[in-house]
Order: sequence, then C-alpha cells, then structure tokens
Amino acid sequence: MIAPGPTLTLQATADGRSAVLGGCWSAARLAEPANWARVTQALSDCATGQADSCHWDLTGLSRLDHTGAQLLWNTWGRRFPAQLSLEPGQQAMLERVARFTKPAPRPARVSLTALFLKLGEGIWVTLDHLKGLLRLLGQLLLDLVKLLRAPRSGPWRDVSGNLYHIGATALPITALVGFMIGIVLAYLMSRQLRQFGADTFIVNILGIALIRELGPMLAAILIAGRSGSAITAQIGVMRVTEELDAMRVMGIAKGFRLVLPRAIAIAIAMPLIAVWTTAASMTGGMLAADLVLGVTPAFFFATLPDAVSIGNLWLGLGKSVVFGLLIALIACHYGLRVKPNTESLGQGTTASVVTSITMVLLVDALFAVVFKNVGI
Amino acid sequence: MTEPVVQIDKLWSVFRAAGRDAVVHQDLDLTIRQGEMLSIVGGSGSGKTVLLRQILGLAHPARGSVTVLGEPAHELGREGAASRVGMLFQHGALFSAFSVQDNIAFALRELRTLPADLIYDVAMVKLQMVGLDVSAACKMPADLSGGMIKRVALARALIMDPPLLLLDEPTAGLDPGSADEFCALLKSLHQELGLTVVMVTHDLDTLLELSTRIAVVADKHIIAEGTAAHVMAQPHPFIKEFFLGERGLRASALLQTVPKSA
Repeated sequence: MIAPGPTLTLQATADGRSAVLGGCWSAARLAEPANWARVTQALSDCATGQADSCHWDLTGLSRLDHTGAQLLWNTWGRRFPAQLSLEPGQQAMLERVARFTKPAPRPARVSLTALFLKLGEGIWVTLDHLKGLLRLLGQLLLDLVKLLRAPRSGPWRDVSGNLYHIGATALPITALVGFMIGIVLAYLMSRQLRQFGADTFIVNILGIALIRELGPMLAAILIAGRSGSAITAQIGVMRVTEELDAMRVMGIAKGFRLVLPRAIAIAIAMPLIAVWTTAASMTGGMLAADLVLGVTPAFFFATLPDAVSIGNLWLGLGKSVVFGLLIALIACHYGLRVKPNTESLGQGTTASVVTSITMVLLVDALFAVVFKNVGI
Repeated sequence: MTEPVVQIDKLWSVFRAAGRDAVVHQDLDLTIRQGEMLSIVGGSGSGKTVLLRQILGLAHPARGSVTVLGEPAHELGREGAASRVGMLFQHGALFSAFSVQDNIAFALRELRTLPADLIYDVAMVKLQMVGLDVSAACKMPADLSGGMIKRVALARALIMDPPLLLLDEPTAGLDPGSADEFCALLKSLHQELGLTVVMVTHDLDTLLELSTRIAVVADKHIIAEGTAAHVMAQPHPFIKEFFLGERGLRASALLQTVPKSA
C-alpha cells in the first residue's frame, strides 16, 4: 500500500487563483527527487506574483507532517496567507510550526584573526601533549620505584595478560613480515653483489641490516600498529564508559594499574619480538641467498659471527626496549586524553599509531647517530 | 475497526547462551491498535526489551511472526525506516560525534534532497516541541544532562513524524521532577500527533499515568492485558507483587488522591 505522492495544482478560479494540495506531504515522500523537483517548482509558481491573491486549499491532503508544514510555512513567507482552507489538525500543526520557527543564526565568518588564533591554539595543544607525555613518564618512573620497593603488590596479573596479548599473539604476523622482508632484501642485494663478484658479502649486508636496523624497526612498527592502537582504544573506551572515573573513586591509581603493567609488558616483549623478527628475516634471507647465489646456510652460519660483531645485537635489543616504552607511553597518553565520544576515540587511536611510528623512526635515527662507532 | 499497528502472532524468541537455548517468549500474542498508549511491564529478564526489539526488527523471531504497519518487522530497517517507527532508547543512543541539532536532523539529511535551511527549521521545531531551548542546538551529547538527552533522543525519534513510537524505560534515570515533566510531554505529544506509543517501563507512576492499556509479560507469555484496573484484578503472583506491593499501593493511592485535591 503506497500513498500517492505530494501534488500541487494551480487553478484559475473566479476570484483569482487557487492552489490545491493533494496526496501525502510527508518528509519521506517529499524527499523523493522527482516529487521534490515537481513540488518546489509548483510552490515557486504559486508564491510568485500576488501571493496573497492565491487561495490555498489543504483540505484534500491525505497526510501532512511537520516537514511538509514547514515547507508551506517557509513558502508563505512565515505568515498565514489571506485565503486558506484547512482542517483543524492541520491548523494545529501549522500553528505549532509557526510558534517554533525562529530565524536561523548567521554562521560565524572565518577571519584572519581567527586563523591566527587557531595557529596559536595548535601550538598550545602540541605543548600540552608534550607536557602530558612528560608527566606520564615521570609517573611511570615513580611507579617503578614504588614497584621495586614492594614487588609483591605489583599488578603482575595485568603484566602477564598484557605480555600474552602484546607478545605471544604477535608472533605469527611478525614472523611472516620478517620472513618476506628477508627474502626481498637478499634477492635485491644478491643481484647487485653478483656484478662485483662479491657474493659472500651478502652475509655482512643481511647481518648488519637485519640485526641492527630492520629487525627491531619492523617489530616496533608492527607492535605500534597492533598493540599501540589496542591500548589507546582500550583506555579510551574506559574513559567513555566512565571506568577510569570509577577506578579513581575507588582510589586505584591509573598510572600504577593501567600504564605500568602495559609499559613493563611491552618493554619485555619488544626485544623478544625484535629477536624473533630478526631470526625470521635472517631465515628468509638465508634461503634466498642459497637459491640465488648458492651461499649455503652452513657458510652463512660460519661467517656470521665474524661479519657482525655482537655489539650490533646488543644495540638492537637496547633500541627495542626504548621503542617499546615509547609505544606504550604514547598509546596510554592518547588513550587517557580521549573525550567521551566516538569521534575522539577514533582520532585518538589514529594519532596514537601515527605518533608512535613517527617517534620510533626519529629515535632510531638518533640511535644511528649516537652509536655510530658501535659494532661497525 | 482500524488495522492493527503491531500484530504479534505466536512469537517465539530464543537465544543460544552457553550452548543451550534459552526461551524468552513462547507462543506470545499481542495486538496493538492505532492511537493506543500501551505499556509492557514484567519482571527483570522477562523479555520486555526483547519484545520491543522484536517489534523493531532488531531481533528475529525463532517461530511465529511480528507484523508492524502491515509488513514483517524485519523488513522495517530498510531505507526510510525513520518515517515509520521512532525509537527512544533507554540511554538515548545519541550519536556522540554529532551536535544536538545534527542528531535530530540526521534522518532528514540522509534523504539527501531537502535543502539545509528547511531541515534546520524542522529540527528546531522538533527541538522546541520536546521542551528544549534553541540554545541547546549546538551542544554535544556529552554536555547534556540525563533529562536533556532523553528529550533530544525523543526529538530525533519524532523527526519524520512516524506513526509508531517505541519507548524503552522513558523515565529511568530521571529525577522525579524531570520524570513528571517527561510524562506530561509524552502525553501531550501522544494527543497532539495521534501517535501509537508502545513503552517498556518499571516506573509505576509513569505506567498508571500514561498508559491506555497495560500488557504484563511473565512466564514467556502475555499473562494479562487491559486497563490498569483490569490488570490489577488478575490473580497472578507477579501482578500482586508488582501492583499491590507496597510501592504499587503508594502509587495508586497517589493516583486516586490527585483528582480530589485538584
């Protein structure tokens, strides 16, 4: 059963013109593009010329809703036309619309001053973020001291749970990505090395690149995307559902119960995952080297200790711990700043991942400069 | 006699929980006619909200059928559903990323034909119809009080003037003053707009003040339906407990003293 669409017919009568409305003047029917075009055209025809000389007849309508009434009211210039016939229900609806229609406020104009002030606001927000991060770091250090003084009261269950979620469940994906990168790197390098007959140097290149740089870095980027976003979203939802407030009311410190276990778990898991990723990528590289260059795994293992000094491994591990702490702190920071609405939650999670990956890359560059004499 | 707005026929609602089926409704029949203000009452976990979700098409009948406005309920959710059914969720369910004005206007905007100024006017009329001031239009849901959230949610539910309005605990979480105001608002809207209203409520005051008919859900059935006096006369333990317990007596005593003092 479909009600007939809205119609408006203009008739010439003895004492002027008459606009006869018919059909269903409801929002859903009016919004059908064909109906809308027809009705607005007819309305503008009626409204032009001597609007008051037109007699409006609403009695033939099968249905009028507030959107339809509003449309008529706006067409009439927000006052009742001189000649109007309608039913009591329609009268009441139109009167309600008349009572509640107010002129729309003028939209605020964007001026140069406002743009300038917005820039300043941006700077303040950035400073505020830095302050928040610094405070979080300080709190983390204080909490660590507290933990060392009373290790038994630590949130160890949370630590082990997070360790599983951040570390153990990340093993398959990090292994896969590492393996692929190892193959690609070995394959591309081997073609270059073969030109110079320096086939055996594949061990040096893969060893240094993967152990010192790519292993820890890949692991950090994957964990930032995987666990950083999860931490931000988790803490953010706790903010939205007022769980953070509930914790505070119970006198449970969120730094000690939320930030500390995640930071500890990620600081433990990160170097382990870095080693795991490195191992997977070395396996991939070794396989590719064997296939393309004929460098056997036995030779690979024999030369690796000479090609890559142990310092590189320690450097990679050390970097990983720092990366992990950075990711945890940034993720918690953005999670705690989420405002209680869905949009802020999405923005916070995005900002958390983008910031932590950027910071990981920046800090990695810093490590490269500072430790340029180590291991090479 | 007019066609019923909602027709529930031999409805079974079944949930699978922990490997076994939990039957919430069993051969439940209910007919809701146009212009009624029907309250659904029942104990916690008796399946009142599930019944509401069945009417909305959010839950699927395991057996039986739910017909709303002449169509199966599960077809209700397609495009343009806002012009057929309005729902006031218990906690408002406002879109937290939108301002009040955008929340109310959302369904109209989604039609993508109507001009922005018309939509603005319609939204402002609805905002004031539910008793809010125009100054609230630009606020975000997070900045609103509980009563205001309910009002904005009601305005959003009514934006396309649906003939059927469903309310889940309309006065839960409101202080008595706000609850009374909200009841008065619902009553006046019901009269002015000729709505059919179905509500789930625990609040006896709301129940006795608003409803033209009461349906009691217990033991997986509607065990009684009719006017308040008729329902209260039924000898079921839940009804005795609910209406004739201490709270019930207090509420109905209040209801009887109101006309005398007025």
